[in-house]
Amino acid sequence: MNDKIYKAILFVTALIMPIVCGGIVYALVTDAYEAFEHFGFFKFLTSSEWSYTEGAEQYGALPFITGTLMTTLLALIFCIPFSLPVALFVGEYFKGTKIAAVLSTVTDLLAGIPSIIYGLWGFYTLRPIIMALNISPQGSGILTASLVLAIMIVPYAASLSTEFIKMVPNDLKEGAYSLGATRAEVIRKIIFPVAGSGIFSSYILAIGRALGETMTVTMLIGNTNNIPDSITSTGNSMASIIANQFGEADGLRLSSLIAIGLILFLITAVINMIGKMIIKRARIS
Amino acid sequence: MTHLKIKKRLAQDKLMLWTVCLLATLTAVPLIAILGEVFFRGYDQLTWSFFTEPTPTAYKAMKAIEAGEPIPGGIANGIIGTMIMLGMAVVFAVPIGILCGAFLAENDKNRFAKTVSFLTDLLQGTPSVIIGIITYIWVVVPMKGYSAIAGSIALFIMMLPLIIRSTEETLKILPASLKEAGLALGGNKARVMLKVQLPAAFGGIFTGVLLAISRVIGETAPLMFTALGCSLIRISIDKPISAVPLLIWEFFNDPNLQDLIWGASLFLLLFVLSLNILAKYFAKKWNQ
Repeated sequence: MNDKIYKAILFVTALIMPIVCGGIVYALVTDAYEAFEHFGFFKFLTSSEWSYTEGAEQYGALPFITGTLMTTLLALIFCIPFSLPVALFVGEYFKGTKIAAVLSTVTDLLAGIPSIIYGLWGFYTLRPIIMALNISPQGSGILTASLVLAIMIVPYAASLSTEFIKMVPNDLKEGAYSLGATRAEVIRKIIFPVAGSGIFSSYILAIGRALGETMTVTMLIGNTNNIPDSITSTGNSMASIIANQFGEADGLRLSSLIAIGLILFLITAVINMIGKMIIKRARIS
Repeated sequence: MTHLKIKKRLAQDKLMLWTVCLLATLTAVPLIAILGEVFFRGYDQLTWSFFTEPTPTAYKAMKAIEAGEPIPGGIANGIIGTMIMLGMAVVFAVPIGILCGAFLAENDKNRFAKTVSFLTDLLQGTPSVIIGIITYIWVVVPMKGYSAIAGSIALFIMMLPLIIRSTEETLKILPASLKEAGLALGGNKARVMLKVQLPAAFGGIFTGVLLAISRVIGETAPLMFTALGCSLIRISIDKPISAVPLLIWEFFNDPNLQDLIWGASLFLLLFVLSLNILAKYFAKKWNQ
């Protein structure tokens, strides 16, 4: 086989990526078009009606966009106080030791658990606890979904943050120690400023994961099509409304669900792109 | 005065250490809680017939519950469905993924490769439920029905970026001298790739494939609109078919079948976690 044929084969196989990605965008846009045309793009984004009585169908994405943003942000808030210590534990305090390896195996295994099993655990273990604590009467809702979502994204945020914390040059840290700094001060004044943008990007990518998480949220969010008015109320996220209704939908409702899919796709794509861009910059510097 | 200040700083240092240790250890709690719950509620369901019999109908299950007997049947239909769909996905995703990865590793400067690399990231970050929608539009609608083919295409799309990335990264960290030695011996690029680079990268690529399998095997959302599920043991690829995660979802939604949830979850969990541990073991062995 000569080099030209070899190059051609590689090139042709690589064409699959533009074809698949182009196909995704094309299929989503053409199938979402009916909904956007019927309701108007901005009307669809800002309407909070979701009713499928025949003849008076009204679909709007606002409750689900709100639901997704609320669960994601809450999950992020719950995730930081655990993922940051894990990253410091593995990447700084116990760097290279056996105990750090154990902890990183624990987070790897957490990342490996399928989302439907997280959902079951949330439903059968966490939900009764939330009910017993009188936080919400039905147990499911934004808060329950976010708590489990937070556990799911801890491994992603932690492993990337660890990588950046490990990369902080030793001579910077040693310089600070030689001036009499304590370890806590080295972490605050050297590690966080130096690894800061890398750590930040790890949370952006964790957000990217949380946005599209489907099964866990579907099982725990309560599945009501209203704009959630507090963190304990029920709602629906963009992914969970699709999971709930896609199978039985047709016509305008199907198109509206695909339109929600398109919005979700675009939001995740933008978030992931920003994350990757910051990572690239952090790695270079 | 300075003495007090130093004491305060040392105290802060200790506090920080203990907080970090405490919070980091707490992350193990959910893992233990989940493993514990699934294990203790599921282990007595894992009998021989659980793996050889298909899911019972809701009626049969209801009868058994009324009679106070354990629910008959198992998850054989799901296991076979998962194997068929995963098998088809792996057969296509591995060679195509490796070739794409090789393409990216060989041309890291040109613009087309940069686009492909960007799109790989994009696809990897795409939520699995979107992959389900897409496969529904691409495959289920034209074929006028749910099928194992549709399910395997969804899994294929999800595996592809993972295999591409692991191949590319493994090939890139091989020493350049390896490739140069092969070329100096008179091999052309294709031969060097096939006989030198890919064999040397085998461990990394294999680990990547194992991780990709463990990632998609538990996926439920993309299969809901593509494979749909089926309570019979089926081996035809153009009809709806079940999968283990789909069965768990079914059991979750059907009060009569709820007793089967934990056995199925334990099976899935054990499978996924052993794949993960195996992958980690291979990665370590290969790195030495």
